[in-house]
Amino acid sequence: MGRTLAEKVWDDHVVRRAEGEPDLLFIDLHLLHEVTSPQAFDGLRQTGRQVRRLDLTIATEDHNTPTLDIDKPIADPVSRAQLETLRKNCADFGVRLHSLGDVEQGVVHVVGPQLGLTQPGTTVVCGDSHTSTHGAFGALAFGIGTSQVEHVLATQTLPLARPRTMAITVEGELPDAVTAKDLILAIIAKIGTGGGQGYILEYRGSAIEKLSMEARMTICNMSIEAGARAGMIAPDETTFAYLEGRAHAPKGEDWDAAVAYWKTLKSDDDAEFDAEVVIDAAALSPFVTWGTNPGQGSPLSAQVPDPASYEDASERLAAEKALEYMGLTAGQPLRDIKVDTVFVGSCTNGRIEDLRAAAEIVGGRKVADGVRMLVVPGSARVGLQAVSEGLDKVFKEAGAEWRHAGCSMCLGMNPDQLAPGERSASTSNRNFEGRQGKGGRTHLVSPQVAAATAVLGHLASPADLSDTDARTPAGV
Amino acid sequence: MEAFTAHTGRAVPLRRSNVDTDQIIPAHWLKKVTRDGFEDGLFEAWRKDPEFVLNKAEREGATVLVAGPDFGTGSSREHAVWALQNYGFKAVVSSRFADIFRGNSLKNGLLTVVLDQKVVDALQDLVENDPQAEITVDLEAREVRAEGITAAFELDENARWRLLNGLDDISITLQNEGDIAEYESKRPAFKPQTVQI
Repeated sequence: MGRTLAEKVWDDHVVRRAEGEPDLLFIDLHLLHEVTSPQAFDGLRQTGRQVRRLDLTIATEDHNTPTLDIDKPIADPVSRAQLETLRKNCADFGVRLHSLGDVEQGVVHVVGPQLGLTQPGTTVVCGDSHTSTHGAFGALAFGIGTSQVEHVLATQTLPLARPRTMAITVEGELPDAVTAKDLILAIIAKIGTGGGQGYILEYRGSAIEKLSMEARMTICNMSIEAGARAGMIAPDETTFAYLEGRAHAPKGEDWDAAVAYWKTLKSDDDAEFDAEVVIDAAALSPFVTWGTNPGQGSPLSAQVPDPASYEDASERLAAEKALEYMGLTAGQPLRDIKVDTVFVGSCTNGRIEDLRAAAEIVGGRKVADGVRMLVVPGSARVGLQAVSEGLDKVFKEAGAEWRHAGCSMCLGMNPDQLAPGERSASTSNRNFEGRQGKGGRTHLVSPQVAAATAVLGHLASPADLSDTDARTPAGV
Repeated sequence: MEAFTAHTGRAVPLRRSNVDTDQIIPAHWLKKVTRDGFEDGLFEAWRKDPEFVLNKAEREGATVLVAGPDFGTGSSREHAVWALQNYGFKAVVSSRFADIFRGNSLKNGLLTVVLDQKVVDALQDLVENDPQAEITVDLEAREVRAEGITAAFELDENARWRLLNGLDDISITLQNEGDIAEYESKRPAFKPQTVQI
C-alpha cells in the first residue's frame, strides 16, 4: 500500500522503533525563542548536559519584544529579564541567536522559512504551537512543550506516537476576494477546534496547489487551531522556486540531490488517509470569527448566530459565553460590528504578501476616525522589504502605525495590547478571551478584510469600499 | 518527575468546553523563567469573579479537575501544566484533551484521564451535588472511581510505565545514544544547518 506524505517524512526520521514504545524521531531543525526555553536550559544545567547539535539549533526573540523604540532598554523589567535569560543561555551553550535589532530577528516562524532553513522532508520543532506553519514546505513541523525542548536540546530526538492522517482536499477555484486566511478559518469552522485532534492534516487539491508559499504558510499555521499538531502541503515547483538561492538552501550538487528527494515527497495515489474532508473552494467567501475560539466563525455576510440554534449542549453553552464576552447579540449582522483596533501582522499574516495586500486597500484611503491600525512586519527583513517598496509610507499616509517586527498584538506579552472592552479585527490566529490583552475582544480576519475594516470602522471586505468613502488624496 | 500510582481527592467541576491554555495561564505569566510560582495565575481572569467555581470555599484543597471537552487547546505553553500542579491539582479528567497539553501533562506527572463525556457528566453531577465527594484516579488499575461510578480509562503502556516509575524521558532516550549517532552518520549532506554562512 502507498504512503501519505506525512508517513514518508516520519519514516525517514525514525532513529529507533521497538514494540510497545513510541518511535524515536530525529529532529532536523530546532527553533527557540525566549518564552518556552529558559526552563529547558535550566534542566540542561542541572543535569550537566550540553546541546547535542548546535548546527541544527537557532534562536530568535519575538514574543516579548516591543515594536517601538527598539533601540532603548525594554521598559518592562520582567520581559527584559526573559530576553536577557535567552541571551545568556545562547551565549553559555553556543546557540546562534538573532536578537532585537538584528536584521534576521523576527517571529520565529517567519525567520525559519525566510532563511531557507525550513525545507521539504525535514522535521521541525519549536516550543510554540504555530510551528505547524513550516508544514507548508512539506516538512513535518509541530509545537512542543518545554520538557520536549529540553529533550531535543539534549538528544536531537523526540519519542513520539505516530498520529493518524487526515486529507483536507480543496478543489476548485477560490473566488477573487477569498484568501488563504478565509479558507483556513472556514476549514476550522467546519471541522471544529477538536476536529484535527490526533491527526496530521495534509492540505491538497487544485486550490491548494495554486497558492503561493506565503499563503500556504497561513493555512498550515492555523492547523493547530483545528486541534491538529501539524499540517502539511506536498512540495512542488512553487516550493522549490521559493527556496532556491536562500541563505541556507542547498547549493550546487546538494541542491540537485535535495530536489530529487523533495520530488518524492507526495502522498502516493493509493495511500490511505484515516479521514478526509472535502472543501469546495468556489463556495467560499470572506470569513470572520464572532466568538472566543477560532472555530466560532462565519462568512462576513452572515449574522451573529443564535446560541439556541446549536443542538449540542456544550456548543450552545460555549456560544452563549462567547457572545457575552464579545458583547454581541444573536442576529446582529457581522458587518455592523464596529472595531477600535486593526492589527495586521503575526506568524499567520505578517509576511510581505500580506502587507502588500493590506497596503493596496488602504492606499490613498484613510483609516476611519477613532480606529487605531497597527501594521507589524513578521520579521526585520519583511520590514525592510516593505520599506523598499514604499509600503510603510502608504500605511503612514493612511493614518496607520508602522512598527518594528515581533509577535506584537497577537498575544499580550509585549506593550501592544487591547484595553478591556476594546474590539479588534486581527490577522492573527487566536480570538481566545484576553489573548490580545485583558478583556480585549478579537475578530480574526484576513489582511484584506483587516484593511477594509480599518477604512470603514466596521467589519468589511474590500468589496464594501466605494470610491466615495475614500481615495481622498493624502493629507485631506 | 514524581511518580504517579493512584490519587484520591475532592474535585472541582469545570463546566466549560474549549478551555484554552490562555485561560489556564494568561500570557503575561509566561515571562517567568522558573517552573514554579504559577498558582496565582491559574484561570486568572475567571477567578476575578467570586462566583467562579475555584473561588468557592468548599472547593479549597480539591486536587482533581473534572473539565469539559477539548481541554488545553491552543498555545503549547507547558506553564499551563505547571500552573495546575502549582495550585495543587494532581489529575484532570475530560472527554478530550488537546494533544500538546496532554503530552506536556504526562511529562510532568499530572495525570490526564480521558473518559466518555457521559461519565464526565456523571462525575460533574456528583461533585456539584456533594463537594465533599472524593474521586480516585488509579493508574495501576487504570480506573476512575467515585461513589456509584467506576470507569476504566486507557493510557498507552509506555506512558503509563514512565508515570508509574517517575522516569525521565531524556535518560531513557540516552540509553539509545548509539542509535542516534548511527542515524546522524547517515543523514544526507543537503539537510539544512543553522551555522552562520
